[in-house]
Amino acid sequence: MRSNKSYNKQLALLTAALLVCFLLNISLGSIRIPINEIVSGLYGSAENKTWQIIIQDFRLPKAITAILVGSGLGVSGLLMQTLFRNPLAGPFVLGISSGASLGVALVILGSGLFGGILATYLVSKWSIVIAASIGSLLVLIAVLAVSSKVRDTMAILIIGLMFGSITAAIVSVLSYFSTAEQLQQYIFWGFGSLSNLSWNELTIFFGLYVIGILLAIFSIKDLNSLLLGDNYAKSLGLNLKQSRMVIILSTSIIAGTITAFAGPIAFIGLAIPHLTRQIIKTSNHRVLLPAVCLYGSIVMLICDSIAQLPASDYILPINAITALIGAPVVIWLLVRQRKMMF
Amino acid sequence: MVENETIILSTTNLAIGYLTNRSKLVVASDINFELKKGQLIGLVGANGIGKSTLLRTIIKVQPVISGNITINNQDLISIDSTDLAKQLSIVLTEQLTSKNLSVYELVALGRHPYTNWIGNLTTSDENIVNNALKLVNISDLKDKKCFELSDGQFQKVMIARALAQDTDIIVLDEPTTHLDMYHKAYILKLLQHLAKETGKTILFSSHEIDLAIQLCDTMIVMTKEAVICDQPCNLISNGVFESLFPKDLISFDNATGSFRVSK
Repeated sequence: MRSNKSYNKQLALLTAALLVCFLLNISLGSIRIPINEIVSGLYGSAENKTWQIIIQDFRLPKAITAILVGSGLGVSGLLMQTLFRNPLAGPFVLGISSGASLGVALVILGSGLFGGILATYLVSKWSIVIAASIGSLLVLIAVLAVSSKVRDTMAILIIGLMFGSITAAIVSVLSYFSTAEQLQQYIFWGFGSLSNLSWNELTIFFGLYVIGILLAIFSIKDLNSLLLGDNYAKSLGLNLKQSRMVIILSTSIIAGTITAFAGPIAFIGLAIPHLTRQIIKTSNHRVLLPAVCLYGSIVMLICDSIAQLPASDYILPINAITALIGAPVVIWLLVRQRKMMF
Repeated sequence: MVENETIILSTTNLAIGYLTNRSKLVVASDINFELKKGQLIGLVGANGIGKSTLLRTIIKVQPVISGNITINNQDLISIDSTDLAKQLSIVLTEQLTSKNLSVYELVALGRHPYTNWIGNLTTSDENIVNNALKLVNISDLKDKKCFELSDGQFQKVMIARALAQDTDIIVLDEPTTHLDMYHKAYILKLLQHLAKETGKTILFSSHEIDLAIQLCDTMIVMTKEAVICDQPCNLISNGVFESLFPKDLISFDNATGSFRVSK
């Protein structure tokens, strides 16, 4: 088919663009490293030892994190938008990030309750990752339990929002009783961060990400049936409850892991599927899913490069950059096309 | 013509309605009919009489209250959804979640019950899809996006999708709503042609009683008193249509087989 070929061509172009962005992202930073040095640096044979360390221990893990976060959030946003037939849905509509926030809030803000010595011990990097994971996992279990009972898919959406409200309320109460330093630390977590992941952390991150993405790939056929609506999907032999379960599980694993390791990164999950649909004009998930992965990675790498403020020592919060850069792009695309593709 | 007598779908003492936690609301009961291979069947009745409930029960969206429905000699309850998808396809009035698919992609979704885990189309799948497009006369629309189509064109696409599912029965819920007079006749004529051509049993609900009388092999008429299934000419001579609506506004004219506004 002619159209299939043009999709393949677009995907190939995107892959090339991703590669360029990847190299540029590693090259740019407080110190600029020439592209040809990066390639040898990736093989562990850069001439300059400092560059070697910067590439190996900082920029490469950061760039990989950006790719995982961007593609992961894009995919989970896409799954939620199709499942809930709602263009406003994103990876966090199920309350995943609220759950993670609650976990982190309990550790950072609630540490006062556990006493001084314990507090400093608790607020380490891993404890935040674990707290965020447990938080999002609990919400995930609650949502899955509810979704196996509820027949209407829309009800799950509302229930997810309600979970979000509950956790937000608890966080408010906790903040009310917290010190300024604790609040600042909590807010900084909320900015999101792609850096500071060690290779060990990245391995765990990657493992969970792969599980989530595999589940998403197995859902492609079901997602396409769901484009027709629940009743048509059922008439095509789809087991609605089961595939809904798999889709929610996939989203939760991906979005939960990302929030645990990189913080609650907003906007990308909502915007990337729209951006992709505006450019690759189809809802067919066999094309859309890989395209969303590629676009998500590219956008995240670009946002990260900007957040690093090349040739300066400042790093801006990634969460602000994604929306600052991304929102105008989506607005521009929607205005130009004059029609929302969904 | 023995083949044409094969009973594809039948109901015995069927009651339809809604089950809630504590009570059940029966909309219609004592429904008995047999639908044969290659027939075009029109389901008519006043608003709120339970046409949609009946169709939704047949397509297994709603549970049977009592009695049973048999498809190809198998009780509907015992047919799992994957098997049912190969025996019964549907065209509904509800809007699609997304119309951002090409006509070909949408019709190809009808092959889902037969394709592998990721939905790869084999050559024979592609042939069936192309054939469905041809049967409905929309081969030229193949690469168009669904949101670019008119209501009439889109209805044809949905019929082609049901054909591509390659089932013995196609159930359509009010396929002629939102269409102009010409396209109403066109769609029903097309259904008649498809039933003859493909040997599929096509059941549709409609408010176009006049057209249905002219085109259907069999009609199911739902009134408050009973659900009657017979050939249109028998239904007319038995005066069934006269009891369809209150007589203060419209009445049925046996001679022309159509409704007239009372003067």
